Amino acid sequence: MRRVVTVVDYGRSNLLSVQRALEHCGAEVRFAKSAAELDGARFLVLPGVGAFADGMAALNAAHMTEPLRRLARDGVPLLGICLGMQLLFDWGEEGGRTEGLGLLAGSVVPLPARTAAGETLKAPHIGWSALELSGAALESIREALPRAGEVYFVHGYHARPADARDTVAEIVYGGHALCAAVRRENVAGFQFHPEKSGETGLALLRAVLSAGS
Amino acid sequence: MTEKLRVIARLDVKDENLVKGIQYEGLRKLGDPHDFALRYYRQGVDELLYLDTVASLYERNNLGSILRRTTEDVFIPITAGGGLRSAEDVGDALKAGADKAAINTAALRDPSLITRVARAYGSQCMVLSVQAKRRDRDRPEAGWEAYYDNGREHSGRDALEWVREAVSLGAGEILLTGVDCEGFRRGMDEALIAAVTALVDVPVIAAGGASGADDLIRAAQNGADAVAVGSILHYEMAEVPQLKRALRDAGIGVRVCGAL
Repeated sequence: MRRVVTVVDYGRSNLLSVQRALEHCGAEVRFAKSAAELDGARFLVLPGVGAFADGMAALNAAHMTEPLRRLARDGVPLLGICLGMQLLFDWGEEGGRTEGLGLLAGSVVPLPARTAAGETLKAPHIGWSALELSGAALESIREALPRAGEVYFVHGYHARPADARDTVAEIVYGGHALCAAVRRENVAGFQFHPEKSGETGLALLRAVLSAGS
Repeated sequence: MTEKLRVIARLDVKDENLVKGIQYEGLRKLGDPHDFALRYYRQGVDELLYLDTVASLYERNNLGSILRRTTEDVFIPITAGGGLRSAEDVGDALKAGADKAAINTAALRDPSLITRVARAYGSQCMVLSVQAKRRDRDRPEAGWEAYYDNGREHSGRDALEWVREAVSLGAGEILLTGVDCEGFRRGMDEALIAAVTALVDVPVIAAGGASGADDLIRAAQNGADAVAVGSILHYEMAEVPQLKRALRDAGIGVRVCGAL
């Protein structure tokens, strides 16, 4: 059966790439630009490229913030990607301290300025990093992740979940362990871009799509 | 240098064809760019770089349809460049499937464009393309000048000063082409790579002149965060896994994809 996925379109995303990757994984993609178009969603994807404050302002302007919170609390599977994952948290610092969706406890803060060894750390972090799964990772994700599976990141900020159990995967960047994927019940997030992470990214997307069925 | 060297396939496009030039002169048609893009994706290349080679001459960009086709079956980051003149042009390229925009000519004409693109789409998406040519081949200390319109036109600007200014304006990555080396497959301008990577903290993609894995190794050792490779791949002098294996054996981190 084809899974119908509703992709939130709030004008801050690489929508075409996300759509193509989801379709490649067997999903049927619909876009929601308004609260009305979110109605009846069975699986939500919140993509996003850009700054936290700007992204929340766009969601608010489209009147989708409350409906998204309600759907997620009603148990509809929700996957946030990159900025979309960051917006799941209580608040973010990018563009001035801004309230997020608050579906996960914690904050989104700038990458460390220095490596663990004290050298200047390049930011934004652009490139491929290997995921290290935590005990909280879904079995389907574990199975989907090839050995030495690397995924593509573009981010200047990172999430700090208040509850360590929400962290599903980390990466090591500049000697620091950074949160790379989160999950609490039906709410999940990838800091990396699965739609730009080759076959590994597609396998992870498929795993999340099948887990939510 | 960041932790892993990215290997980027560079695809120069004219109209609907993949082309390859010698110092941007005398373009040779090689075929459908999508076939090449898919082949390199399957070989495990880390990113694609599409450059519309004649766009800035005609002040238009034709990459939209190629980008849209590529997103159907290629799932890695794509940078698009050539003839992008405004933040709106960048927006169109992103909608068509590009993740980053490389800008040279229009940024030299109006440096404030860098800030507008960075504000609208984030600095990670604003790649400054710099075509640097030695002022005097016999006197390395004379430095490099920034060129535009595919290495044909002088800007009169010192390349290093231009890079520094562009980063302060919001450029999040530098695509650095050594014009003297471009298309000759005789090695890259290593002094240029070392000078630029020492100057700025944003990632630097070294391009122009790579003839084999040894050149990529030296680019990495001189501080490059990524290398853009054209001829080596197009003429099947090496495949991506072979290049990555050589890099790894030289102690340079690369993304492992499939069987290396």
